Amino acid sequence: MSEMLLQGTAQGDELRLSGGGAWTAQNARALEALIDGETARREPLKAVAIDMGAVERLDTFGAWLLERLVRGFTARGCETRVTGLKQDYRALMDELHAVKSEQIAAHKPGGPAAAFAAIGRAVASIGTNATSFLNMLGELSVVMLRVLGRPRSFRFTSLVHQLDNVGWRAVPIILLITFLIGCIIAQQGIFHFRRFGADIYVVDMVGILVLRELGVLIVAIMVAGRSGSAYTAELGSMKMREEIDALRTMGFDPVEVLVLPRILALIIGVPILTFLGSMAALYGGGLICWLYGGIDPEVFLQRLKEAITLDHFKVGMIKAPFMALIIGLVACVEGMAVKGSAESLGRQTTASVVESIFLVIVLDGFFAIFFASVGM
Amino acid sequence: MAPNGKANGREVVIEVRGVTVGFGERRVLNEVDLDVYRGEILGFVGGSGAGKSVLMRTIIGLLPKRAGKIKVLGVDLDAVSDEERRTIERRWGVLFQQGALFSSLSVRENLQFPVRENLKLSQRLMDELVVAKLEMVGLDASVCDKFPSELSGGMTKRVALARALALDPEIVFLDEPTSGLDPIGAGEFDNLIATLQRTLGLTVYMVTHDLDSLHTVCDRIAVLADGKVIAAGTMTDMLASQHPWLRAYFHGSRSRTGTAIPAKPTV
Repeated sequence: MSEMLLQGTAQGDELRLSGGGAWTAQNARALEALIDGETARREPLKAVAIDMGAVERLDTFGAWLLERLVRGFTARGCETRVTGLKQDYRALMDELHAVKSEQIAAHKPGGPAAAFAAIGRAVASIGTNATSFLNMLGELSVVMLRVLGRPRSFRFTSLVHQLDNVGWRAVPIILLITFLIGCIIAQQGIFHFRRFGADIYVVDMVGILVLRELGVLIVAIMVAGRSGSAYTAELGSMKMREEIDALRTMGFDPVEVLVLPRILALIIGVPILTFLGSMAALYGGGLICWLYGGIDPEVFLQRLKEAITLDHFKVGMIKAPFMALIIGLVACVEGMAVKGSAESLGRQTTASVVESIFLVIVLDGFFAIFFASVGM
Repeated sequence: MAPNGKANGREVVIEVRGVTVGFGERRVLNEVDLDVYRGEILGFVGGSGAGKSVLMRTIIGLLPKRAGKIKVLGVDLDAVSDEERRTIERRWGVLFQQGALFSSLSVRENLQFPVRENLKLSQRLMDELVVAKLEMVGLDASVCDKFPSELSGGMTKRVALARALALDPEIVFLDEPTSGLDPIGAGEFDNLIATLQRTLGLTVYMVTHDLDSLHTVCDRIAVLADGKVIAAGTMTDMLASQHPWLRAYFHGSRSRTGTAIPAKPTV
């Protein structure tokens, strides 16, 4: 079959090529190999005659390959003639003849330099990210002050709507997860403490761990995954469809209309969720102590009162609004950074969740140092 | 109509018979009949919401029909295997109203996507063909590495047309190709379609609102109203018709009756 497509015979310094069959997309692969084979002939050639009389069909693929054949021989200094081409295909050939070959740059995959460039860009992007984060924080503060100056302009309905989404609707899943985490810590504690008869200290461990660290961390991570990603996706798709530009042209500040209610909703919602989550975790811990460790609820509560102080509770609750602020800021910055494509929306949403969880944990570390030095 | 797909001595490439399409209670198309002949540019008009795009989407299989029969290139698409269906699908190209370019792929990748999936060609040949196709639609190689979000409206339409032509189809469906373009851009796009139709021997099915397109490039016009094709014929037939909707459409204040009708480019 493929021999039918193109046959060539060289007579002296003249090459006669005759095409045949269908020069179409389906045969393009075979045809390309034949054409490159002919162009690579080693004989010194002066003239090339291409007879296209037997070609039944020609589409853009075939026509381009013919054009490439002609150009290949012309570039070698041969006199090239094409004969027998059907009248119908003349217009197509003329069209392709006009294609400028210098524009055809091969698509080059990046070498090692491209890998270094990617690393460089990634490092530089840490700086740009930090700047845009601080920008958003500054803008948010300005807007907040402005809204305090004229409270009527605050979007109360939007705040309530967001609170419903990120607070109220998150309650069941937060309760369930923190409850399970409380159960697991208590079970592990009892299992290991029992070996040296220190079962009762499991109450201290559960109480302190849950109130100081775990309650707020689990809630923050859940909220980053649940609401932070939603914020990024919402703002990102609004950005993609020029809705944010539309707001701006109508004289609204997107930070005031979209970002402020969202972040405030998180700052109000996360401490409440942290409180609920901590209680659920303590409840789960107490339940396991009773069922698995044989510690009666009265004993558990008695021990809990001795083990924890109000400070432990305060430490957890003080951290909560700051975590909320971090999550909200990261989500909104990433949302605003979305460009036109669907892929970019996915990338920013991923970045939003990863960055906010990372920053939440880093912030938690700083708080640990801070509280240790103020003696809480 | 003759069963062998020939009518008036011309080959029928799209044959629509008694097609009914509806959404819920509402019937959008009611037993529609339509023929599209090989090598013509058919302009399909109708009021907004009359179901022009619905018929196009039904023909290309994006919407289910409640009754009727559609034959494309002589094949009843309901009666063939998935494999044969895909073969037919490769023989048509579609230009969607908003372009529908893949936003995460560059222009080059958008144009190579159908080729890469269907044919095993060398990267060099595909790269060369991208430039050739872009030049055919009046762009140049500089847009190759741009992403769809960086293109203007007119460029998006042209790239989308180039993608519709990527596999050298026999039929192209155009959904309002000139909407959103300025009159000069729209005129150029019309000429482009006419030129490509001549060079590639395409059959063009064009849903449009643009009276200028209908005047300048369309060989035949089909009109959809009240869920039926109420008329099909040349511009002269349309202008001569006494149907009230046709009179309102073609003789309305925005039409150009009274001024000379420019000659169709010679084919």
